[in-house]
Amino acid sequence: MSTIPLTHAPGHAVDPDWRLPSRGHVGMYSLIMAESAIFAIFVVAYLYYIGKSTYGPQPRQVLEVPILNTIFLLSSSFTIVMAERALVKRAKAAFRAWWALTITLGAIFLVGTGIEWDKLITKDGLTISTNLFGTTYYSLVGLHASHVVVGLIMLTAVLIFSLTGALKDEHTGKVEVLALYWHFVDAVWVVVFTVVYVIGR
Amino acid sequence: MLCAAVILAAAGGPRAFGLRTNTSIFSPASTPSSSIYSLSLFVLGLTLAIFVVVGGLILYAAVRFRQPADDDGVEPPQIFGSNQIELSWTIIPVLIVVVLFLATARIIFAIQDAPQPTSALEVTVIGHQYWWEFRYPTLHITTANELHIPVSTEKDPRPTFMKLTSADVIHSFWVPRLAGKEDVVPNRINELWMDAHTPGLYLGQCAQFCGIEHAKMLLRVYVDTPEQFAAWVKQEQQPGVQDPAVAAGRQEFETQACVNCHTIAGTPAHGQFGPDLTHLASRKTIASGAADNTTENLERWIDDPDLIKEGSLMPSMHLTSDQVHDITAYLNTLQ
Amino acid sequence: MAEGSIPLPGGLGAEVTPPEAFDGTWLERLHSWVVTVDHKKLGIMYVLYALFFFMVGGIEALIIRIQLFFPDNHFVGPETFNRMFTMHGTTMIFFVVMPLVFGFGNYLVPLMLGARDMAFPRLNAFSFWMSAFGGLLLYYSFIGGVGLQGAGNAPDVGWWAYSPLTSRAFSRGHSTDYWALALIVSGFGSIGVAINFIATAFCMRCKGMTLFRMPLLVWLYIVMSGLVILAVSPLTAAQVMLTIDRYLGGHFFDTQAGGSAVIWAHFFWIFGHPEVYVLVMPAFAVMNEVIPVFSRKAIFGYPAMVAASVGIGFVSLGVWAHHMFTIGMTSIGNAFFVLSTGLVGIPTGIKIFNWVATMWGGKIRYRTPMLFAVGFLVQFLLAGLTGIILSVAPFNWQLHNSYFVIAHFHYVIVGGILFALFAGIYYWFPKVTGRMLDERLGKWHFWLFLIGFHVCFDVMHIPGILGMPRSIYTYEADRGWTTLNQIVSVGAFVQGIAIIVFVYNIVHSCLKGREAGPDPWDAWTLEWSTTSPPPPYNFATEPVVRSRRPLWDLKHPDDPDEPLEA
Repeated sequence: MSTIPLTHAPGHAVDPDWRLPSRGHVGMYSLIMAESAIFAIFVVAYLYYIGKSTYGPQPRQVLEVPILNTIFLLSSSFTIVMAERALVKRAKAAFRAWWALTITLGAIFLVGTGIEWDKLITKDGLTISTNLFGTTYYSLVGLHASHVVVGLIMLTAVLIFSLTGALKDEHTGKVEVLALYWHFVDAVWVVVFTVVYVIGR
Repeated sequence: MLCAAVILAAAGGPRAFGLRTNTSIFSPASTPSSSIYSLSLFVLGLTLAIFVVVGGLILYAAVRFRQPADDDGVEPPQIFGSNQIELSWTIIPVLIVVVLFLATARIIFAIQDAPQPTSALEVTVIGHQYWWEFRYPTLHITTANELHIPVSTEKDPRPTFMKLTSADVIHSFWVPRLAGKEDVVPNRINELWMDAHTPGLYLGQCAQFCGIEHAKMLLRVYVDTPEQFAAWVKQEQQPGVQDPAVAAGRQEFETQACVNCHTIAGTPAHGQFGPDLTHLASRKTIASGAADNTTENLERWIDDPDLIKEGSLMPSMHLTSDQVHDITAYLNTLQ
Repeated sequence: MAEGSIPLPGGLGAEVTPPEAFDGTWLERLHSWVVTVDHKKLGIMYVLYALFFFMVGGIEALIIRIQLFFPDNHFVGPETFNRMFTMHGTTMIFFVVMPLVFGFGNYLVPLMLGARDMAFPRLNAFSFWMSAFGGLLLYYSFIGGVGLQGAGNAPDVGWWAYSPLTSRAFSRGHSTDYWALALIVSGFGSIGVAINFIATAFCMRCKGMTLFRMPLLVWLYIVMSGLVILAVSPLTAAQVMLTIDRYLGGHFFDTQAGGSAVIWAHFFWIFGHPEVYVLVMPAFAVMNEVIPVFSRKAIFGYPAMVAASVGIGFVSLGVWAHHMFTIGMTSIGNAFFVLSTGLVGIPTGIKIFNWVATMWGGKIRYRTPMLFAVGFLVQFLLAGLTGIILSVAPFNWQLHNSYFVIAHFHYVIVGGILFALFAGIYYWFPKVTGRMLDERLGKWHFWLFLIGFHVCFDVMHIPGILGMPRSIYTYEADRGWTTLNQIVSVGAFVQGIAIIVFVYNIVHSCLKGREAGPDPWDAWTLEWSTTSPPPPYNFATEPVVRSRRPLWDLKHPDDPDEPLEA
């Protein structure tokens, strides 16, 4: 079994420092593009249907602006950056602390969303099948929340790996890719927040 | 070859090519369909010219540069590109696109933004799973499947302006000789107009898949002379004829579920789900054009609609043949 | 190709030994295919899967054509007919052409880049199985008939599935659910494989393979993957909305609750139009390899080809509403989409001219792949021109949803894409199997398919002009469509015969074809520098390249290509 030896004689113009981008990053950026397209469609549907519900509760009557919740989620982007820095410096304890804080902030956000939904369902009687507002609201906010859930599961897995010592130096790049996803989840929240709680009300 | 055939047939227009049928877009009979036809000739000519030039180039290169039988095995000279040549064959398509766009935009605006004259007839078209409802709001007429409109001449312009909407799913109103198609969309009102130049019958059908019997959602447009149209309007404005000879049939009709879906003006039948039957006997077809309006077809239809139009939303009422016969006799009197 | 081929440096000819056959029981062999993460095995599975569904979709097409042979025919009922055209369309787009092009890419992109596998081999296997399960899910709707927990039968809403026909009120049972779920599942597979192609192209290139030294095929797969990411994702989102409507009582497309029927059409065509380019980019990709090799000339205007491909990709994202000229847009909206659609024609024209210029002055060898390539050029030109015709909004008001449209997009997909993919199959079959496809059978396949294609789809334009709408299970005898439909049906069956020849050729050549050797076509890209079929690790030593045609440089040390700056 042989292949043609394609190695050229030395002296040909081949870059000695042949560098390629990290496939993890390229892959994650591509995934983020795909996710953005999915979110874009739900956002367009939400915007298009603002004020088109023919019956049932309207956004202005029932939605409260989740300022605190938003602050929790967005600050988790900051804590995850701090965690990454600690990881690069190989400060394991600091990494775990920042990382755990990130998970906590994300979890608080989810609980906040849960409380909001509980109020909407039990007090205001708004479900996904009530009217167009309910359909678009739960779909869009729920789509985002499901991304938070996925993110939290992966963040928690990394924390466990770190605590058990399975997280080695060579995994730093992968942790960075995961952090990229988390930033995306936060950035999408800014869009969702603007659409649902600012424009939509 | 195909393009050439189509453009010859379209421009030549003789019946010999068989492209002048009653549903042909190359046999226009109104202002919008005629201006579409002229535009289409221009577009076909342009694309034909492109096809001849570029297709000729491809075939010439394919034949001229085939490997000769006595080839010496030496590779041909390698050419990697030429900026001038590539620039030139970028500019030419750009010019073609600009010309095409300007010609097209002119016709779009001319047809779509045409003002509605005061003499225009207004019709509301409502698509239903698998039939058409036509309402004339100013004339207080409701009918089904067979649209009557007046002829529109230069001296006496009487175009028909239609508002289209749907009671269920998306349909599309298409009578090729009179106008391009326009979709009939629920929860939305679309507009379409036409002005038939010569009296006669114009055929068409639903052009957006709308369910099992989409194929038999046919359309008939009768273009009437002013006198015919006036007479038709007068007749349609009457309540349903009540002939005592068919009282048994009427009673049968009114005690069965028929009245839940059908209206016969002047009787307790006020259903909205199916076609208005007040003047059924004056229509040439039943079941949205699926069958001629004969006594025999009507009996089959009432007995079991699936015999004529499988999947039609009208149920078989499991009537006895006497009942079917009586109801048919009654409907046949509804001139 | 043995004759005329130049012996390769390295004394390849004598040393070639095929990779050892895998020992083991058939169960172990099957298992090795099921668990594989090898891009070549996955590529082969994609293609076989596509060819299987190609047969199924073809049979559905023939049923359609038999039914339309006579007016008022009763070969199948309206319900079955509607299922047939829905399944034919869905199958051919999502479970034939998409897996086919993914299979080509899977097999070729790493080989052409001198890589040992895709960037994410396990994601690659996952994507394949998602696509495969999507197809099974779609066809399970047939089996999950009325008997099984009240499930419906095959979907009958059209492959474009306009709402509100797909709502619970108008589509009872579960057939539409199978349809939506199948496309969601296979959609995730498509997005996964697209991400993989992009990461592979950017991160797995061998030494010296700068972006502008990549084979054009790889560039086109980058563009295709970008379009999958930006177009299939919206479809997935829309299908999720449809599922929410059907299962959770949502109102996205519920016109009774203030929802819009038009927004589904927008979402669908935001996917649907770029989807055409998802399918056509790989066809371009095959042309970019086949035409130069058989014309014996380098591709003309490589940078222009890259720019045109990227340009088509971008413009194709902004033309979707030309599928909706009759839905009631404003005149300004219509005019905008006329213009944007016209713009697609410009880069497409550049591509056709560059291919002709590649042939110009060459020494064209008419082996089967090149025959299909010339067929592609002429037919794709015509398909593009009927596309221009359809983009003229007023003309479109007449032609939309008529058989003219059916003829147009079959011209694109069969006359263009499928001809190109046939060229690709004949071209790379030796690499994949180590054996040549039979030339004589290949020419029979080509000529029969060409004749059948033109009899079928040239004639099919005319009933559209005569007012025959699509999706009708029968037609009136007095419309003048009968003879034309009969000619079309005959053409369809001739194509069916050609496909039988093709399948026989594949099976026959797999078993008894002539040994191909590593480089039967005397080609220039890296996949031809390894054995046929390549070993699991692709290349014994990782290649290093310094121009776009590494094998040309090796074969012509006296006249190498200009090395391009990195």
